Amino acid sequence: MTVIEARGLRKAFGATIALDGVDLRVEEGRILGLIGPNGAGKTTALNAILGLTPYQGELKVLGRNPWTERDQLMRDVCFIADVAVLPRWIRVSQALDYVAGVHPRFDRAKAEGFLAKTTIRSASKVRELSKGMVAQLHLALVMAIDARLLVLDEPTLGLDILYRKQFYDSLLNDYFDRSRTIIVTTHQVEEIQNVLTDLMFINRGRIVLNCSMEEVESRYVEVTVHPEQVAAARALKPIHDRQALGRSILLFDLMTLDKVNRQQLAAFGDTRTPSIADLFVAVMGNPAGAAQGAPR
Amino acid sequence: MNTESNPVPESFDSQPIAPAAISPTQPFYWSVRRELWENRSIYIAPLAVAAVILFSFLISSIHLPSKMRAALALDPMQQQELIGKPYNFVALSIMATAIIVGIFYSLDALHSERRERSILFWKSLPVSDLTTVLSKASIPIVVLPLLAFAITIATQWIMLLVSTAVLLASGQSVATVWTHLPLFQMSLMLFCHLLGVHGLWYAPFYGWLLLVSGWARRAAFLWAALPLLAIGVVEKIVFNTSHFGALLASRLTGGAEGAALTGSASMHPMTYLALGRFLSSPGLWIGLAVAAAFLAAAVRLRRYQGPI
Repeated sequence: MTVIEARGLRKAFGATIALDGVDLRVEEGRILGLIGPNGAGKTTALNAILGLTPYQGELKVLGRNPWTERDQLMRDVCFIADVAVLPRWIRVSQALDYVAGVHPRFDRAKAEGFLAKTTIRSASKVRELSKGMVAQLHLALVMAIDARLLVLDEPTLGLDILYRKQFYDSLLNDYFDRSRTIIVTTHQVEEIQNVLTDLMFINRGRIVLNCSMEEVESRYVEVTVHPEQVAAARALKPIHDRQALGRSILLFDLMTLDKVNRQQLAAFGDTRTPSIADLFVAVMGNPAGAAQGAPR
Repeated sequence: MNTESNPVPESFDSQPIAPAAISPTQPFYWSVRRELWENRSIYIAPLAVAAVILFSFLISSIHLPSKMRAALALDPMQQQELIGKPYNFVALSIMATAIIVGIFYSLDALHSERRERSILFWKSLPVSDLTTVLSKASIPIVVLPLLAFAITIATQWIMLLVSTAVLLASGQSVATVWTHLPLFQMSLMLFCHLLGVHGLWYAPFYGWLLLVSGWARRAAFLWAALPLLAIGVVEKIVFNTSHFGALLASRLTGGAEGAALTGSASMHPMTYLALGRFLSSPGLWIGLAVAAAFLAAAVRLRRYQGPI
């Protein structure tokens, strides 16, 4: 079933266009990474999905209009906007009490179970916790809510690598299943490479790439080219060309190549699937590549 | 709610949890409790004032026996005034404290959640903007008057018991104190005054303060006060009248309606009559309508607001 469906989603702040006719469709059971440079419209898109901002165009989240039916929608949707949004004055026990009091799908025992694995004490106030512990607490609260859609906007910003790793591990092992859907934005793209099932690049309010991770694997190839083959390889119009340790690394979009050229690639050097970070740089820095990766 | 204390469930497999039934009033109840967690001054301030007064009263009760002996010489009206004086002082002090707390609370209520960005957390939970704004409005309009009432009554009774003990210990009769102190009538009057004037009659002020706190990015107090001043000044220059100022003043002082409610309440049977007159006065209902309009605007505003 479709969790999010948007058609012609637009949002402007004065003269600045944050979302410029976005079409997107997210199915149940996916983990979608929404990647884009600063100011690309990621947060605006998420805010529209969460009913935090009015918009133009058509948008349905779990079959509801998020702006007009926000109160009902929030029973099935949960989000972490940023690491630093838990109120600093609240005690851990009070946060549990409050969420248990207002949320029909919150399982308090589950949240306490998550917290028992951390060093967070229930009498502590949020202001006494480290940034990483606040993120753990927030994640414990959110994972104990039986939501159908979880939206994470830079959930690990400012956390050290141990907490970041742990964060995504818990999310995958203790929370995610085929009936839930997760959307995540982050700048630390390499860390979520193995977490995602779907990838979406957004730039200047437009979607420039939208595909599943399997498609990324079958469509893009990165070749570390033998020095003597560089000229021949470049003739096939890679979407990106970079130098590393004196070798040329070329990134090809197989959809732009015919069958013969595809077979040639292996002869140029070692081939592998590009990392999301390299693909991002290639697609964002290459207007031609951007046009080819237009929304499906 | 699931309160079983099962510390570490072995498997976190997500069998569907049957949604716990949550009545519509529950988010409101928890939101009010949340306000009390965040703003502990709501009850600490009046309690502290009561404690200070009690402490001073305890010390001054050394002089109580001699004061009572002197009071016996006075006529009954003066006796009643003298004996009732500290009790009224308690009520007035706690009332004033409650008003100050209410003003500061209201100016901060919808501002602090945007300042500390926690509004994004509150908005991630299924609690509507209406519930949130109403729970915040209920603090100065209902909770503070009720708290002030309870704390005042408790303090007055402790004072009466202390006086009784001191007088008995010094071998004097306690009859004068008990007969000249209409505590039940005073309580009834206090209750009507607190809920009527401090709650309902002042509601438009609190509505206005909440609206400004939800709108202003900084200096909420200035934004709350300056427009009122500006309206008064413009009116004075353009029409050379001061109706707006008079309106505010009459609202602040409780107006004729409020005075009727409070003044006549000391005569016990009149209270119900005055209460009826107060409740049917157009001033009260116009004020409540204005308060409702301010709160509706605050609810609408909160929908669009993010952190500042």
